Amino acid sequence: MEFLSYFGGVFEPVALALLLGGTIGGLILGATPGLSPTMAVALLIPFTFQLEATQGLILLGAAYTSTVAGGAVSAILLKIPGAPANIATALDGHEMAKNGQAAKALHISFLSSGVGGVVGVLLLIFLTPILAQWALAFGPSHLFWMAILGVTVIGSLDSKSFIKGLLSGCLGLWLSMIGYDDIQGAQRFIFTDALTGGINIVSALIGIFAIPQVIEMFAKGRVISSISSLAVEKQSVLASMREMLKNKRALTIGTIAGSIIGIIPGVGGQIAGLLAYDQAKKLSKEKDKFGTGHPEGVIAAESANNAMVGPSLIPLLTLSIPGSPTAAVLLGGLLIHGIFPGTDLFDNHPQVAWTFINSMLIGQILMVMFGIWIASYAAKVAKIPTPIMAAGVLVLSLFGSYSIQQSMGDVYIMLCLGIGMYCLDKFGFSAAPLVLGLILGPIAEANFVTGNLIANAGDGAVSYFLSGPLNIFLILLVIASIAYSFWSTMVKGDQKTSIPEVAE
Amino acid sequence: MTSTRLQHLVPATLVLLLAVTVTYLSYTSEPAESFLFPRLIAGIMTFLAIWNFARAALGIAKVGTGFSKATLITIAPGLAVVAIYVFFLAKLLGFYFSSALVFVVIFSIYDPAPHTDPKSWTKRISIAAAFTVLMYGLFSMLLKVQTPRGIFF
Repeated sequence: MEFLSYFGGVFEPVALALLLGGTIGGLILGATPGLSPTMAVALLIPFTFQLEATQGLILLGAAYTSTVAGGAVSAILLKIPGAPANIATALDGHEMAKNGQAAKALHISFLSSGVGGVVGVLLLIFLTPILAQWALAFGPSHLFWMAILGVTVIGSLDSKSFIKGLLSGCLGLWLSMIGYDDIQGAQRFIFTDALTGGINIVSALIGIFAIPQVIEMFAKGRVISSISSLAVEKQSVLASMREMLKNKRALTIGTIAGSIIGIIPGVGGQIAGLLAYDQAKKLSKEKDKFGTGHPEGVIAAESANNAMVGPSLIPLLTLSIPGSPTAAVLLGGLLIHGIFPGTDLFDNHPQVAWTFINSMLIGQILMVMFGIWIASYAAKVAKIPTPIMAAGVLVLSLFGSYSIQQSMGDVYIMLCLGIGMYCLDKFGFSAAPLVLGLILGPIAEANFVTGNLIANAGDGAVSYFLSGPLNIFLILLVIASIAYSFWSTMVKGDQKTSIPEVAE
Repeated sequence: MTSTRLQHLVPATLVLLLAVTVTYLSYTSEPAESFLFPRLIAGIMTFLAIWNFARAALGIAKVGTGFSKATLITIAPGLAVVAIYVFFLAKLLGFYFSSALVFVVIFSIYDPAPHTDPKSWTKRISIAAAFTVLMYGLFSMLLKVQTPRGIFF
């Protein structure tokens, strides 16, 4: 119950203001189509430079939680998911809105997000210390395999083609090696002066996530975005709560599915939402109603994508392995403040770790309160015309990437990576494995080099990296994730994980 | 050869060339200790790139929408403005002035409102000015970021 002693930190004036600002801002960003939680958190990282580590993390954590939930607003009202995590929400949520139940759909989406989110954070609170102790058993070879597992799992699952997913992961790993080698100080792959200091993670993240969205907005051309407003009728919150509790089977399925998927490194919220929706449909007595505006569909999808948030931080905080692309960006935020997640995080920085986790718990409650309050106004945010959105995100990306080190080199890298990612995306390469490769690359290399030094003093590299129960277990997981994806590709073809088109 | 297969073949070739270059550099650069990990990754990357290339050449690669001529024509002006903004204007004119200018230009290029309507220009300029003031408040006043001033500011 150590976490209880750090609750005071959340209620300090600055921390509380950041929590409120992050929650409200996150809800608005989440409701904005195209601004994913990952991108929102990446754009906010430069704002945390001037803040203390705890305050910065509170802001990022609040934004992470509320953007995932906020994405339901545009998914329900406009059938345009605010984030990939809300794809499943759009399936029944928009139908409910069309049936004149927009407010009900929004209410149950925020309420079920809140329930899933609180359960997810409680799992984070109670499982993290246990896993942190367990993580002490991890040596350099295990951490190396864990980093490789993170890249292969996300490369396999979060990509439309597993070969291209793995290739994206390798590209990310290679990008992480550009610059000076930490041990020998040798230059590696420095083709231009802008690359001398290596690739800054934050500017890379901004480029990879924001610039392709800007170009996608350009691609829409000079057309008025077809956004049709739906009347948001009056609906009592208590009635919505009763509706949610009436569908507790869907709520339970969503919460459990989201929590489990969150713990697995590399699996994103969109998979949690879709999987929970699928399971809720299979186990429902009213299967036929799914897709026609059934509250169970919204409840399962939303409870899952927010239940995933807390557990996705467990591997991040204990093993430095992000559980989702957004958690990978949060890792960048931690590293910028000189905090290295891992076994000793809770010993060296208990104030930072526990205040951050506690703030996420309070953030879930605030998210429900403000989500319900701003639901009726959120539709207006989604009406921002595409050209304004494109210009705004572009300018914000330039300022955001420049402000990291006040270097134009970072801005050039941001733009080049962004345009490159847009082109790669058109041919089935995913951003998520590339980003994970970029972030996990230094962790994998540092442990590979350290392990190699230990191995040279002992029985050799083969024995060190390939023997021992934990090494073998992790290698088997790596092989299993690749083999499963390979098998799925052979059976179902390349499109096995392609995202269903839900935008109008 | 179909245009779809050709479209997949071009990026597959580029990725393969990149993988081969990385592998070549990893195995020929010194000191060898610094390139131990790059060699491991480059080897795997080359293997996957060859596999990907073979799939593209055989027409098995189906993932991705590729580019249409219409899309390229639509995004070209926007991309040109972005490139000029980032590589020249931002430093030359100053971050804030160039940002406001680029905001207006991009908004104008993709705004469906007629360019002959003075009201639409007033709207574009007002929104760009308001957004630039917001950026100034956030970055210069709140975060104390020293941006390049250039000719203007």
